[in-house]
Amino acid sequence: MSSSLLFNVTTICYMVSMLIFFAFLASKNKTVGLAGSLAAYGGFIIQTIAIILRWRESYAIGHGHAPLSNLYESVVFFSWTIVLIYGLIEFKYKYRIVGAFVIPFALLGMAWAQLGLNSGIEPLVPALQSNWLLYHVITCFLGYAAFAVACGISIMYLIKAGKESDSAPAGGLLSMFPSIRILDDLNYRAIMIGFPLLTLGIVTGAAWANYAWGTYWSWDPKETWSLIVWFIYAAFLHARITRGWVGKRAAILSVIGFAATIFCYLGVNLFLSGLHSYGGGR
Amino acid sequence: MTTDNRGVVQSVWDFFCSLKLSIFLLIGLAVTSIIGTIIPQGPPAPEYLQTISQAKFKIYAALGFFDMYHSWWFLLLLYLLTINLIACSIKRLPRVWKIISEPTLVMDEGFEKSLSLTHEVKVGGEPAALKDRAAAFLRKEFAEPRLTEVDGEYHFFAEKNPYCRLGVYVVHLSIIIIFIGAIIGSLAGYKGYAAIPEGGSVSTIESRSGKQIDLGFAVKCEKFSVSFYDTGAPKEFRSILTVLENGKPVPGYENVKVIVNQPLTYKGITFYQSSYGPTGEGGVFHFTVRERKGGAPVPLTVRQGERASLPGGGTIQVLEATQEVRSVLPQFSGPAARIEVTPPGGSPQPFVVFRDYPKFDEERGGNLIFTYEGADEKYYTGLQVAKDPGVWVVWLGCALMVVGILLAFFLSHKRIWVRVARGRVTMGGTASKNQAGFQLAFDELVDKLKSI
Repeated sequence: MSSSLLFNVTTICYMVSMLIFFAFLASKNKTVGLAGSLAAYGGFIIQTIAIILRWRESYAIGHGHAPLSNLYESVVFFSWTIVLIYGLIEFKYKYRIVGAFVIPFALLGMAWAQLGLNSGIEPLVPALQSNWLLYHVITCFLGYAAFAVACGISIMYLIKAGKESDSAPAGGLLSMFPSIRILDDLNYRAIMIGFPLLTLGIVTGAAWANYAWGTYWSWDPKETWSLIVWFIYAAFLHARITRGWVGKRAAILSVIGFAATIFCYLGVNLFLSGLHSYGGGR
Repeated sequence: MTTDNRGVVQSVWDFFCSLKLSIFLLIGLAVTSIIGTIIPQGPPAPEYLQTISQAKFKIYAALGFFDMYHSWWFLLLLYLLTINLIACSIKRLPRVWKIISEPTLVMDEGFEKSLSLTHEVKVGGEPAALKDRAAAFLRKEFAEPRLTEVDGEYHFFAEKNPYCRLGVYVVHLSIIIIFIGAIIGSLAGYKGYAAIPEGGSVSTIESRSGKQIDLGFAVKCEKFSVSFYDTGAPKEFRSILTVLENGKPVPGYENVKVIVNQPLTYKGITFYQSSYGPTGEGGVFHFTVRERKGGAPVPLTVRQGERASLPGGGTIQVLEATQEVRSVLPQFSGPAARIEVTPPGGSPQPFVVFRDYPKFDEERGGNLIFTYEGADEKYYTGLQVAKDPGVWVVWLGCALMVVGILLAFFLSHKRIWVRVARGRVTMGGTASKNQAGFQLAFDELVDKLKSI
């Protein structure tokens, strides 16, 4: 069995999960919600196996590196981390419906990777031949994934808060949403997971850069954008304890933060130049 | 000082203590940082200058956009952020420190009302006897209690993780430490570059600011080699270096392998593999040549930059050569050379010959058929050279930052008070974070308290 086949199955699982979650929104049936989660977790387990298989395949053809080295592998890993963080938050706080706004991110990643990206296993160029690759990529992407989950929750917040200001409690589809107070809190908790991981990601990146080039910080566009993301979430954390900045503004900051995260991850490689080689269509 | 002056000082102080300033500065830094990722940093290249108008160039240059992360206004934002976080810390830290160092040991009626979580249990027995049971209960279920006796009532106080309240200030301190490390590095360190030909050595290097820096020792490049994957992508750039003191190799620093991600450090100066190239002198290229009409192939040696005679007249010269041609001609791989052959009385003809495609040159149709056999080429290795005595300060700051964030985010200062009076035991509690989670733990404690 090849990893590529299993990645296709994963994509289908996430697609099914997303559709079931939409049905859950409409039907408000708890069993449907459970099925949505199970489909996502099934996909997650298959994806985990596929990533391990790809790792072994890389050894089998003599390259022997973790599947974190090019755009395809990073997008696949990003999807995996999004579902992982979603699972942690669902397990801890039991708000299943968040999946309807988070699993689409994971599906988008997998669909793009499977349909649009070159999935060949390439050997590592000298700059990437380091154990730092593992630490740096894992911490960064876990951080990014937590921000993706926070963004999904913030979108739910903005939809619900927008409807609730007009009338009393929102009905219809929105009755499935947790209250805006809980959404605000979940948003904060997701960012509390993401921020330390992003910090670790930046620190491991700096340590690696220092080890490979002798400069821990050179204002390379990728570095700068990761710092921009860090600034935005630092502002978010300070906004939490400032009057007038909770609720809607915090949710908007969270969405902007994730947009900056995505630009840091993809935009920098597509539009700007820099040292991170996995993008730029290579 | 007049009241007015004090008013001004106070409002300046309030301005720097404000969280709104922090949010403004953080967002301001985030937004302005984008400029330097769009406009190329460093001396602008002519190709870039052609894409912008003269007026734009003047504005960009005046605003320092070509070195914006060192421009006065960006540094000003960083200074303001530093002052802001110091001021915020000075304002809030004493209050927080007081909570840690002088905790409220006694829960009186007034304090009890200020707590959101309280519970009273009716218990028979003498307070003196209940006291020991309450102490044992707290010790077992929560944390070591402290006892205060007031008017025949016994007050216990117990807490967990008081120091996590300092997490935020540890993060603030860590940022200042990182800045200090960066300043030490820029004042006492340098970054430079050295190109050493195989067999050659250097004892001075050129810093990025163009200064010549004496290393105090010499570094010799014994050998440089580069290897490629089958795909043509580079696999390894390898320099073999030896450190020389007074011309003699230093034990332990002889023939050290330096590759990307594996630098060499000697006396605080680190050498990083960064680039390479042919020295352009002393290289020798090998070919075989045979005549189309038949005959044995003849080996031919051509020196870099020189012309060699061909059998039957004419000359050959090597224009350029590579170990891996794929980056220039993607449909081929392996070593290749671009040569120029001048037949007797004819005009020079440049063309490419390959090592791994010996039949290729037959199709050119010339009288002589060439095959490239490879080169004994001399390379130089390009090394980044860095000395940064501040780097350990930066790592200390980074470690503190991570520790501080973990303290601030994931630990909560939990406090429990127990008052033992005749016939009743009252418990109150509070947590610095996650009140909802603490309420569950508090309710469990209440259940256990009922059975003491």
